[in-house]
Amino acid sequence: MTAAGGQAWETLRHDVLVIGAGGAGLRAAVAVSEVGLSVGVVSKSLLGKAHTVMAEGGVAAALGHLDAEDSPDVHFRDTMKSGHFVNSARMAELLTAEAPERVWELERWGAVFDRTPAGQILQRAFGAHSYRRLCHVGDHTGKELLRTLQNRVTQLGVAFYPEVIVTRLFRDDSGMAGALAYRRVDGRFVLLRAPAIVLATGGWGRVYAVTSNSWESTGDGTALAFAAGADLMDMEMVQFHPTGMVWPPGVRGLLVTEGVRGEGGILLNAQGRRFMADYDPKRMELSSRDVVARAIYQEVQAGRGTPHGGARLDITARGAAFISRKLPSMRAQFLALADVDITREAMEVAPTCHYMMGGVRVDPDTCATRVPGLFAAGEVAAGLHGANRLGGNSLADLLVFGKRAGDAAARFAAASVHLPVVAASEIEEEVARVLAPLRQPLGPSPYGLHSALQEVMTRCGGIVRSGPGLQNGLQQVLEMQERAARLAAPGGTLYNPGWNLALELDAMLLLGEAILRSALERTESRGAHYRTDFPEEDAAWGKQNVVITRDRGGSPSLRTVPVAAVTPQQQRVLAPLTQDVTGRAPS
Amino acid sequence: MPSSVRAASATASPTRYWPPWAQSVTTLVVFSAFVLYSFGVVVFERTGQYHNYLSPFFSPPLGQWLGIPFAPAVLVAWIPLLFRGTCYYYRREYYHAFAADPFTCGAPERPERAYTGERAWPWVVSNWHRYWWYLAAIVLLFLWKDTVSAFIFQGQFGVGVGSVIMLGNVVLLTAYTLSCHAFRHLIGGSRDCFACPRGIEAVRPPVRFRWWQRISRWNRHHGRWAWASMMSVWATDVYIRLLLAHIIPDVRLLK
Amino acid sequence: MMERSAVPGKERVLYVYRGDDYQGEEVAYRVPVVPGMVVLDALHFIQAHEAPDLAVRWNCKAAHCGSCSGEINGEPRLFCKTRLDAYGSLDIHVHPLRTFPIIRDLVSDVSWNYERAEELVPGFRPAEPPPFHLQQWEVDRVEEFHRCIECFLCQDVCHVLREHGLFGQYWGPQLMVRIAELEMHPMDTASRTDLLHSAAGVGLCNVTHCCTDVCPEGIEITHDAIIPLKERVADQHYDPIAAWLRRLRRPQPTSP
Repeated sequence: MTAAGGQAWETLRHDVLVIGAGGAGLRAAVAVSEVGLSVGVVSKSLLGKAHTVMAEGGVAAALGHLDAEDSPDVHFRDTMKSGHFVNSARMAELLTAEAPERVWELERWGAVFDRTPAGQILQRAFGAHSYRRLCHVGDHTGKELLRTLQNRVTQLGVAFYPEVIVTRLFRDDSGMAGALAYRRVDGRFVLLRAPAIVLATGGWGRVYAVTSNSWESTGDGTALAFAAGADLMDMEMVQFHPTGMVWPPGVRGLLVTEGVRGEGGILLNAQGRRFMADYDPKRMELSSRDVVARAIYQEVQAGRGTPHGGARLDITARGAAFISRKLPSMRAQFLALADVDITREAMEVAPTCHYMMGGVRVDPDTCATRVPGLFAAGEVAAGLHGANRLGGNSLADLLVFGKRAGDAAARFAAASVHLPVVAASEIEEEVARVLAPLRQPLGPSPYGLHSALQEVMTRCGGIVRSGPGLQNGLQQVLEMQERAARLAAPGGTLYNPGWNLALELDAMLLLGEAILRSALERTESRGAHYRTDFPEEDAAWGKQNVVITRDRGGSPSLRTVPVAAVTPQQQRVLAPLTQDVTGRAPS
Repeated sequence: MPSSVRAASATASPTRYWPPWAQSVTTLVVFSAFVLYSFGVVVFERTGQYHNYLSPFFSPPLGQWLGIPFAPAVLVAWIPLLFRGTCYYYRREYYHAFAADPFTCGAPERPERAYTGERAWPWVVSNWHRYWWYLAAIVLLFLWKDTVSAFIFQGQFGVGVGSVIMLGNVVLLTAYTLSCHAFRHLIGGSRDCFACPRGIEAVRPPVRFRWWQRISRWNRHHGRWAWASMMSVWATDVYIRLLLAHIIPDVRLLK
Repeated sequence: MMERSAVPGKERVLYVYRGDDYQGEEVAYRVPVVPGMVVLDALHFIQAHEAPDLAVRWNCKAAHCGSCSGEINGEPRLFCKTRLDAYGSLDIHVHPLRTFPIIRDLVSDVSWNYERAEELVPGFRPAEPPPFHLQQWEVDRVEEFHRCIECFLCQDVCHVLREHGLFGQYWGPQLMVRIAELEMHPMDTASRTDLLHSAAGVGLCNVTHCCTDVCPEGIEITHDAIIPLKERVADQHYDPIAAWLRRLRRPQPTSP
């Protein structure tokens, strides 16, 4: 125990520190633990509660169990096409090549997937996947994946710190020094020292008012990495899932799995027309998420929406027995929360903020950020998904890049010769900053500021954007950042959600700004990023990523960097797509 | 635990139509009545035979075989007593209603009272439930034999109200016996892998699995079978006793 | 997250436990009612407008994660799944899980459950390396246990823990589900019967079914997990005939 300014902190030491206990974080921890290094995992929640449990549809891996024509190459093509070619071909290549191995590994650790008649892992169809590819367990695949990894880390004896919130990373030029955090359950500060840190903190969907994300998705890790000197990329690419619940108000935004459409659900507008025929007659409801989300949005804008402002999603044709077996959670969710029996009635759905394609810029092979010793994997990292993420690729992402980040962090930690010291003065300074909202006698409420941010982001940086709107939103977010310095959170340090939110708002305001600035920069429409003033794709922008770097003063500065070049081998795999673009039939 | 936390627990709930104690009180009253009635019959009654009808309390007629003149039912009644007494469903009910362990779910108990569950005397006996099942299954065969006799009036096939009651009773007892948790374990629950040893793909589940599945489905309603068969045993004995006392006549439905 | 447009005149009072393990009291909060409102919505309203430091654990708000467990009118329930309108005109009393120590307000310390999970050995030991060849009918049985969201409502209501405090002798229904999931996996080769008979203490369960009644995932904890495990323990420890048969069947050691 060391004391500073009346506050004491405990010091813990590990070879690798993993921040975040979702799929990516736990998979990284498994990788580190398996090579015999000491690893500590911190999480804002309890073990097994991370947002990964919400993933419903499945994990994309080209096992080819139902469609023998499927292969990692086809999966790679689908991923690149869906990302509108601003994604990293190397990451997509690694993902599609390694996903099958990662899925089978889960089976070895006790995961139980649904089966084909031949006794193999069953795969389901999903939006914009050429073949049936998503390995799943009913509609709770994410839970199965997370639980399996949770059991694995428990067995390996990984040190786990639940309900611990990291507020700052420390480093020097050779590597990481550690992280300062506080424990929610006793309000105590902890210095977690480690030469290598893996960020697996997920996304920041909570910057939007209507989101499928849990309270944890506030982008703390992204802000921590940025503060430590890492670059952010593709921040304008925000995925709105086409089908979130609409009614009642309390569940607005709650996810309705794409599995509903994968299993045969159809979308109807208020006039009963299957409107996807007007937007993507070939793929219909299983078009990519950005297309379906915008289609619903436009139907509602055109006055053809349901009373609560959505579309109808109808799967009643499949029969009660089928629905109860394949979509049990969905059925229960609608019965309990909306009084709707989906075996007999249509659901009411509208787009909801779901996933951040952008995030911390990383090396494709090692997940290393620009900061030595700092790695990032999963939703917090950028590059794999480009302008739009394919459903099912996020779970594959967690496994493939979680492992890669863990492996790379373990190598870095094993090779590091010294652990930089963290000066007590730095810790005292950080402790004072963190405690400030508690000591503020009067000031704006974090809850009020949060809803204000969500309102602005939804209005100005949402599913449809425009130059003036983005500009206006940016202005307001910058003003909020000033207000945030005076936030007051009454109460003590013990499990105080208001205080917690005040600290998270720093991250959310930064990321809100980053989204709006990047969206202003990209003067075209591509994938999830749609601007009314630039409604077309621009070939020149198709070769650029927007990157945000922290300048000397600590403010974000934007630049564009060329999309990583495609290798000749990757080019050959992509060839059928380029033919498609030139008007010839795809293979 | 501070008392303020405990005191705050209200009782109102939207999920139950009946108050939580209704089930335990019903169990307490009905089980007590049945036990008292059975005790009376088993200890004090000399016979359960009325022509071709035999009360289930007196089957098989072990006393007759062994030539023991008094309380013939005592020789047999311990089998269903132990079978039902160690039944997982009856355990659930009497732990609630009689032992108040707990009286209703979540209800306060006296924590200072020693609780050893089913690891120590007397409840450890429940772990031998399967043995009482074996014996009960033998008794059940005799009850089926008695039921066949109940349809034979002086060498001729016939159907009386008593025959129907006895048939209903033995069907319910069979359902109760076959839906038993211990039997479910014996039929397949003890296995992890029904398709082992692996070799050919078992697309269609093997017979043993299908039986385990069927028994599992019945097992879900074990409590209902328990209540129904208890009532039918009661009703059968009452009916035969009314005949023996010449209070009612047996109505012949088919000659 | 949502409009808080209060319907004029439509308000509800929630009596929420504020305090810790040593002392605390119910505090009444008035909340405007919104259609379909659940208890967690009401708690969020209270946080945003009246008590910013009201401690409540939650994550997904969709009954998938099992974080927002507590007791409403004395019944263990998920706050995110319990609708206000289900209570009609009844008072609503919101309390934390009280089988475990209360950290603050509606948050209890459930770490005991995770510590037991760490002691669960052996873990999954598959007979062969993946990819497995398993039929759907084979995995259906364990998929039921995989639905567990670890909300610990079953642990909360279990009288062995709640009333008798036998935390050192019985692991509670949730861990029984976890053990059943491993024990009945068609590929698993390990046995946990001795663990069940000793440290995990399945013999302390008296099958009163309360855990099954509160399971938000509808897992038949008593029928499908605990009783089959008790029967497995009976096989090993209470069945002399089975033991004798096992001895007969065991292959005789062959001399080299």
